[in-house]
Amino acid sequence: MKALVWHGTSDIRCESVPDPRIENDRDAIIKVTSCAICGSDLHLFDHFMPGMKSGDVMGHETMGEVVEVGSAAKGSLKIGDRVVIPFTIICGECEQCKRGNFSVCERSNRNKDLADKVFGHTTAGLFGYTHLTGGYPGGQAEYLRVPFADATHIKVPDGIPDEKLLFLSDIFPTGWQAAAQCEIQPTDTVAIWGCGPVGQMTIRSAVLLGARQVIAIDRLPERLSMAKAGGAITINFEEESVVERLNELTGGKGPEKCIDAVGLEAHATGSIDSMYDRAKQAMMLETDRPHVLREMIYVCRPAGVLSIPGVYGGLLDKLPVGALMNKGLTVRTGQTHVNRWTDDLLNRVVENQIDPSFVITHTEPLERGPEMYKTFRDKQDGCIKVVLKPGANGANHA
Amino acid sequence: MHSLVPQTALRGRSQSANDKLAKSLGYFSIALGVTELVAPRALSNAIGVKGLEPIIRTYGGREIATGVAILASHNPEPWIWARVAGDLADIATVATGLKQSNGKANNTVAALAALAGVTVVDMVCASGLNAEKGGRRTAVADYSNRSGFPQGVQAARGAARKA
Repeated sequence: MKALVWHGTSDIRCESVPDPRIENDRDAIIKVTSCAICGSDLHLFDHFMPGMKSGDVMGHETMGEVVEVGSAAKGSLKIGDRVVIPFTIICGECEQCKRGNFSVCERSNRNKDLADKVFGHTTAGLFGYTHLTGGYPGGQAEYLRVPFADATHIKVPDGIPDEKLLFLSDIFPTGWQAAAQCEIQPTDTVAIWGCGPVGQMTIRSAVLLGARQVIAIDRLPERLSMAKAGGAITINFEEESVVERLNELTGGKGPEKCIDAVGLEAHATGSIDSMYDRAKQAMMLETDRPHVLREMIYVCRPAGVLSIPGVYGGLLDKLPVGALMNKGLTVRTGQTHVNRWTDDLLNRVVENQIDPSFVITHTEPLERGPEMYKTFRDKQDGCIKVVLKPGANGANHA
Repeated sequence: MHSLVPQTALRGRSQSANDKLAKSLGYFSIALGVTELVAPRALSNAIGVKGLEPIIRTYGGREIATGVAILASHNPEPWIWARVAGDLADIATVATGLKQSNGKANNTVAALAALAGVTVVDMVCASGLNAEKGGRRTAVADYSNRSGFPQGVQAARGAARKA
């Protein structure tokens, strides 16, 4: 089959790889109908995430049709079922899964020993990601093997296009969790850094959850225009001071809820501290560029909440923990507990409360995926979200 | 919207031949820079130019900075053009050796020929990178009609809280 394969920094290729097969009786194989490139895939593309190996198949936003089912998964899945695959692999049986903490499933990471050493305790296995999270082949491919498939799936109805459902795999529940874990009150101002795909979903989630005011921060006009369309007040950090503007919009008190939808690759030349971080990254003295975290800690209203869906990879420098502690801020973060949210979110899509396909700007055949990684990373061609279609020929630009 | 997606030289790959060439030039730049910083006298003797050790050291710093920038940047093109400018400075500096009577005129000519060759490679690489981008970095698209709320933003506000 064809798949997008990681070969090193900025080097992804569309290649032929062996077809997946059932390896465990809880497995299923799906034929991929749609998959997408996620912002966190870019951290792998840029090789800021440790634990990648040449030959790894990319992708963790995938949906398709079940074509083969292991014997132990037959009670939950049958051939022909239409499914979205959550990016977190879950056993559904461990203590964490039973509590709904699916992204820290205790059994799905097949490299548990490695994760125990690096993180202290293992987290869930993830598709198409670092070997710290199992190194499972991903879904930017024609077929995908789904481990623990009896639990790791979201059944979706026929009659709704892939484009409206695909993002249940990651960015929609990720944006939703980012807003939900802020426990938004009707009087709250929610500030969201980053208007990429997760940021856009977070804006819509904060609006649905009833924030008084949603403020979105970015520098790219096309992303800010999409944020504004979703009901946000926008701040272009290249044109105005984020701290001054946020204080102005909140009577000098700062936003109650701050959400980091940027993560470890803050715009490298966007601020003095990011330039400092970039230089340290080049010298391997720091792994991440935490400009947004610093700014959130500084501007957040005392006793407020910081929510961090943005991905961080390793060791961070110059974090103002003194301000964090003295202001009594609550920090909530983590990979998304996808299946905790998806029943509710699927209903919202079916009921036409939200149509997540608004974020798609490019639809391309799988074979053009490597080029689209570059386009997405370099923010060319107005690119915000790329959907890839295995077996397709034509391209469709927004 | 007309596609501005860059067409890389190798379809199905994220890296073009020019990307790989740029990376090689980055490593070459750092290696040359280190040599210029560490052994400026030996280098100047070899190419038949004397008395320019401080300048060669400065050029070494320039080469290292350019090389790191090429390797660290998603867009190495401006840094490859910076190398071209550096190449021209190198040529002008080495050319002063032609006026010196040190018996190493052949070495000086060979160094100038090598520099000219590297300059051509740099220019080919920078031009190729520019052509792949189609001359534009970012298209401004208008997504102001993409609310994501089929029933409108006002209807969406607090809808999940009401439920």
